[in-house]
Amino acid sequence: MEQQILQAHPQNWYLVLSTILFSIGVMGVLMRRNALIILMCIELMLNSVNLLLVSFSAYAGNTDGQVFVFFIMVVAAAEVAVGLALLVSIYRNIATTDIDVLSKLKW
Amino acid sequence: MENFLELTKLISPASLIPLFPLLGFLLTAFFGKTLKHAAGWLASAMILISFCLSTFLFINLPANADLSFTIFDWIKFGNVTLSFGFLIDHLSIIMLLVVTGIGFLIHLYSIGYMHNDEGFARFFSYLNLFIFFMLLLVLGNSYLVMFIGWEGVGLCSYLLIGFWFKNDAYNDAAKKAFIMNRIGDLGFLVAMFYMLFYFGGLDFETVNAGAQTLEVGNTLLVTITLLLFVGAMGKSAQIPLYTWLPDAMAGPTPVSALIHAATMVTAGIYMIARSNIIFAMAPLTLEVVMWVGVITSLFAAFIGMKQTDIKKVLAYSTVSQLGLMFVALGVGAFSSGMFHVVTHAFFKALLFLGAGSVIHAMGGEQDIRNMGGLAKYIKITFYTFLIATLAISGIFPFAGFFSKDEILAASFSEHKAVWVLASISSMITAFYMFRVMFLTFQNSFRGTEEQKHHLHESPWTMTVPLSILAIFSMVAGFWGMPAVMSSTHWFGTYLAPVFEGSKAYLGEGHHLDHGTEIMLMVIATVLALVSISIAYVMYVKNKTLPEADAETTGVAKWAANKFYVDEFYDKIIVRPITILSDVLFVLVDKLVIDLVVMAGAWLVGFTGRTIRLVQTGNTGFYVFAMVIGMMVLMFIQLVY
Amino acid sequence: MSSQLIFFMLAALSILSALFVVFSKNPIYNVLWLIVCFFSIAGHYVMLNAQFLAVVHIIVYAGAIMVLMLFTVMLLNLNKESEPHKSLMLKGASVITGGMMLLVLLAAMRSTELGAYAAPAVTDIGYVQKVGMKLFTDFLLPFEMTAVLFLGAMVGAVVLAKKEVN
Repeated sequence: MEQQILQAHPQNWYLVLSTILFSIGVMGVLMRRNALIILMCIELMLNSVNLLLVSFSAYAGNTDGQVFVFFIMVVAAAEVAVGLALLVSIYRNIATTDIDVLSKLKW
Repeated sequence: MENFLELTKLISPASLIPLFPLLGFLLTAFFGKTLKHAAGWLASAMILISFCLSTFLFINLPANADLSFTIFDWIKFGNVTLSFGFLIDHLSIIMLLVVTGIGFLIHLYSIGYMHNDEGFARFFSYLNLFIFFMLLLVLGNSYLVMFIGWEGVGLCSYLLIGFWFKNDAYNDAAKKAFIMNRIGDLGFLVAMFYMLFYFGGLDFETVNAGAQTLEVGNTLLVTITLLLFVGAMGKSAQIPLYTWLPDAMAGPTPVSALIHAATMVTAGIYMIARSNIIFAMAPLTLEVVMWVGVITSLFAAFIGMKQTDIKKVLAYSTVSQLGLMFVALGVGAFSSGMFHVVTHAFFKALLFLGAGSVIHAMGGEQDIRNMGGLAKYIKITFYTFLIATLAISGIFPFAGFFSKDEILAASFSEHKAVWVLASISSMITAFYMFRVMFLTFQNSFRGTEEQKHHLHESPWTMTVPLSILAIFSMVAGFWGMPAVMSSTHWFGTYLAPVFEGSKAYLGEGHHLDHGTEIMLMVIATVLALVSISIAYVMYVKNKTLPEADAETTGVAKWAANKFYVDEFYDKIIVRPITILSDVLFVLVDKLVIDLVVMAGAWLVGFTGRTIRLVQTGNTGFYVFAMVIGMMVLMFIQLVY
Repeated sequence: MSSQLIFFMLAALSILSALFVVFSKNPIYNVLWLIVCFFSIAGHYVMLNAQFLAVVHIIVYAGAIMVLMLFTVMLLNLNKESEPHKSLMLKGASVITGGMMLLVLLAAMRSTELGAYAAPAVTDIGYVQKVGMKLFTDFLLPFEMTAVLFLGAMVGAVVLAKKEVN
């Protein structure tokens, strides 16, 4: 039954889907100035890659891809924890999360 | 076989000789502050040990034997091995004795002379280092080892001339000596390259063997010997490289005595004597050596006549005497040249030390016009100085008479014109030496009251060396009595094995009959006596005083101003080089190198300033740049 | 209901919610739309035989990360008014760049050869047992290291977010 589901549509669909999701993430990162939203868009990009990995895992019949996804989730969780902590402390100092204001990191 | 064993026993004492001065140098250099005045005694003791070892070698070296041994292989490349080794033969033993013996006396003298100098320990460390290098020079069994010593004594000479380095003029004199020597050293170095290239080695044996396969007067040999002679010119202050020696008198007087009279300046003569075979095989070079020697001798004597600084007079007399030695070498009388080196070492060291004693008594005054009548205040100095003056003037039976007579006789038999010039030179020598003598010690005192009050005899550490040297100045001549007086010429016989090899190339030489010899001696003595009388009449009877430099006229003015040779060199060599470097500075440095460097710096700066604008600090911009960059990369990947 | 229909519905849901994440003005809505998006992706996981991952995904992302985000939004008091405005030109540039990114990626995908992945034979790859076996055998060392990473992240987050005492 599951085999039928898989055979029902080619893997390309997943590729296209995750590519679209990834591009939307990139677009968000480019467009938004709120650091929190940018962080969320990055999560979106990560998830699109996860989806791709899972699809490859499924079509290749190999669990390794899923283990990678598992690790990516772990890293993403850690990243979000630290990123949000940074965001909070930045906000505490300059009362904004606008990345255009944070332009001291130059020269 | 027994002979061989006997020789090998001498290796360790021979290798130890230069080590003691080196040890003394290290000790006095590193612990000078702690040792204080003990440094002088320590340094002297080291030289005394070396002297004793040299004496030991002198006694124990079997007759006609020479000992050459390698201490270690220094440089190996291809099939050439340059080793560091010593050669002990009669020639080096004579030099060893002179260097360590006179070196010791001068060390002893310096303890008194330098007593109040703040650089006391430094002075002795330099002196010991000098002796070390001088011994290397003398002991080396190859041109390479000799060259190490050669450079080393040049360095020590530089250090000691500029010993009172707070005085700029002294520093300039030191630099002058160093640079002039360097010109000569270049000749030596190039000669070594030639030898290495054509003979495949630098030790005397290889070179001599290689040279003997060539024919006499070969261009290669002439080139090598001329280059070596250039080295000797620099070191032994011959025209045209002599001007540094009078300036070198800036150093402390014991230094002038040791380095610039007795030992280092004779290195050139030693070197030529050591290379007697190749020089004998290049008659053209010998001719050059002879003429340069005689012209230098005469020229320096002329200048010496008008100098008023006591040390300057002695310096020019040294140049003049060195010229005489080169005459001896030039006419092929190598052992006569060496003989004069030895006797000259005694009486010239004595003269300088005596002058030092006078300067010491006068509280630093060096102008003979401000002296006079010192004989009754400093008796020992006076008598020893008198002996030395008689010796250098060639009065029988003092040392200078015999050695100078030998040179004159040799030049008479070889080349009459040279004999005439050399005789005139030694006659002038007698004149100006007695001029100094009379002006310094006779008549009444012309200095200030304060100086008169200060006049005193020097301490025993200074007078003892003076006395010993005076004794040697008197008796040293008897080592080499001419054939007419004695059947044995000890000195000549002793050195004969060393010069054996060159005999074949020099020809038998005309043996003078006894009549001619006596005639030559009489002529020389008469000439000397005549000039002494002239000096006596001028400076004692008439109490003439040399006028100040500004008042002299004519040739005398030229002589007083050293024939403007320094000015000449300045115009001909120094000035063009300065101008050339100025031009190069503007054209090459400023225009080319600076431009390139500045352009490089400007380019980097410009690029930095421009690219810095990209760094806005705006994260959004960075993200854009990153995404577009990634896209471009992927696009390239896709297209190509 | 054919699996294709399910796929299309989930795909449409995830793309739409992702677009809302990017375009909606209020941060709270952003977060909520992202949660929707993650749920739809979890649906895709189920369809791809990754049941374990789907559950973990919901727990970690929707459960932990997004709650954290929501907390932050509320903590910082972010709302529509506090949202900084970007110029229209920049928005256009972003959309164009994103679209070009998509095009380039799709163009890259066109040349991808996927023949080898056409028919998966094994269907139980996503079970907890399988993933657990992999994790505790082949990937044991990275797994342990993630623990260290977490510890570091935890300490770092605490240090960064804690109020300065002075």
